[in-house]
Amino acid sequence: MGAQVHGTQPFDASKRAEIKFNEVAMATVQKIISHYPEGKQKSALLPILHIAQAEFGGWLSPEVMDYVAEVLKIKSIEVFEVASFYTMYHLKPVGKCVIEVCQTSSCWLSGAEDIIKHIEKKLNIKVGETSRDGMFTLKTAECLGSCGTAPMAQVGASYHENLTYEKVDALLEKYKSEGKLRSYTDLDYNNTL
Amino acid sequence: MGRKLLIHNDKIPNIQTLDVYRSHGGYASVEKALKTMTPDQVTDEVKKSGLRGRGGAGFPTGLKWSFLAKPEGVPRYLVCNADESEPGTFKDRYLMEVIPHALIEGMITSSYALGAKISYIYIRGEYFYVARIVEKALEEAYAAGLLGKNILGTDFSHDCYVQVGGGAYICGEETALLESLEGKRGNPRIKPPFPAVAGLWGCPTVVNNVETIAAVCPIVNMGGEEYAKIGIGKSTGTKLISASGHINKPGVYEIELGVPVEEFIYSEEYCGGIRNGKKMKAVVAGGSSVPILPTELILKTAKGEPRLMTYESLGDGGFQTGTMLGSGGFIVMDEDTSIVKNLFTFTRFYHHESCGQCSPCREGTGWMEKILKKFLNGTAEESDVELLWDIQSKIEGKTICPLGEAAAWPVAAAIRHFKQEFLDVARSKKFVDVSHYNRLNKIVA
Repeated sequence: MGAQVHGTQPFDASKRAEIKFNEVAMATVQKIISHYPEGKQKSALLPILHIAQAEFGGWLSPEVMDYVAEVLKIKSIEVFEVASFYTMYHLKPVGKCVIEVCQTSSCWLSGAEDIIKHIEKKLNIKVGETSRDGMFTLKTAECLGSCGTAPMAQVGASYHENLTYEKVDALLEKYKSEGKLRSYTDLDYNNTL
Repeated sequence: MGRKLLIHNDKIPNIQTLDVYRSHGGYASVEKALKTMTPDQVTDEVKKSGLRGRGGAGFPTGLKWSFLAKPEGVPRYLVCNADESEPGTFKDRYLMEVIPHALIEGMITSSYALGAKISYIYIRGEYFYVARIVEKALEEAYAAGLLGKNILGTDFSHDCYVQVGGGAYICGEETALLESLEGKRGNPRIKPPFPAVAGLWGCPTVVNNVETIAAVCPIVNMGGEEYAKIGIGKSTGTKLISASGHINKPGVYEIELGVPVEEFIYSEEYCGGIRNGKKMKAVVAGGSSVPILPTELILKTAKGEPRLMTYESLGDGGFQTGTMLGSGGFIVMDEDTSIVKNLFTFTRFYHHESCGQCSPCREGTGWMEKILKKFLNGTAEESDVELLWDIQSKIEGKTICPLGEAAAWPVAAAIRHFKQEFLDVARSKKFVDVSHYNRLNKIVA
């Protein structure tokens, strides 16, 4: 079923059985579902996709989307059509840290292009690519609401603002030494860096 | 100093906690409304206040509330639009991050007026950490009996939840937001029916911006008539302005509507003038969608009157010589800025964010981005200026939602006011990005 539904990556039935939220994640999922009237559990889809992405390796494989559909008692296609619409869901594997540099007007006016070029050089990758060690994926983003503190980049839940080359270097160093998967759902976000 | 009603407490330590917020007068509007007023009386105060939607459209809030259908036995919903995504706008983020209880207080008071038993705060997914802050504040409010059953011992019960989005500008459009809240793609709905009649899950729904909802608190506290005394004419009260670009002091400022634009840009109280001693070239006054104006037209109207920070004054002259207050996303550009390239970043944005439902927007935004790219790589012809004009004119008014207009207006205004710059780039067959040159290092220095 999944293979026909999800176009981008092949559906692997053998992997499907392994996918299951742990207890903590499942409790959060159930709590979110309880925020909506009975029968409207589909409303929980966007927040639950964020949790799924964080729990299962930083991206949404066809098997993961299939599982989310099962949890919410909706069709797989309903999950895929949403996951493919919104920019925050990754439908292909990404690095542990996705660096999203805002490039819209105010950030551009304040040197976002220089920041992007600097990261490209530092990591020896282009926008859209993942570093060889699988640590970083570099992306550009459209306005992230940080215009007064431009230029900026988002990594997981953290907003890194008023960027300079020195700040970027320190950030890359920090994330690399931590070696952790960074997600939007992270509780330990740190915007002061 | 102008009066502040929304972020006057923003520098108080721990104002994001319930205790500190309450000790500075927080939740007074909930006490007052629930214990001494009927829901209709609250709505009347909002009507009298002249409050207009702070998300960008500027529609009178009291009137919007009065459209809410109230059929027997059907739930009604209040939904807060915290999907702040208009380039240049970051005021809602600031408000929620620094004083989250101001929003929650407004949600309770507004829900009481509307008879909504459940409300949702839809926060853009990128603001995940902000959602955490608001959720924590909600927990505090529940624990204090300000949410849940029989709030403050009254008959009114209310639940408020946060939902995060998935990253899509279009979800700031209220019907797209409702689709997204229902767990679907953010494709705007055809109106009518309006959300006031058929909104969330087909039920009557009011969708209001964060700042609008927060403004209900001071309105209830001071009374609508008092609130209406602040400001000028139909621009009543205070407004949060997100100031960014080449100014000395970017940030969020609360102004009394009516401050002269010149004062806002140059006074130390606000933006503090242009960075690095440069001259100002242009301003986008209300978020990326509103027409850009050159210095002479942003400081003074075509009639030579000083331009004021009001809905009416910024709109004076229509789109020929005026602009809009919009969301209050105030982007200032210095003399070195390339209007062509700035427009390219806007158009790339709209192309990226078009939901794809309507052909004029889906295709047109892409064509405009491609043509602007030709200007940047030196392959544009003079005739491309006319072509751009032609495309934008064929998007405006031909789409389900206003993203079409939002994408068309910046292009039209840039050509209207800076046509020569486009022609010069096309003729020279070379684009020199003076604006970008070493910008970052200058800031560091």
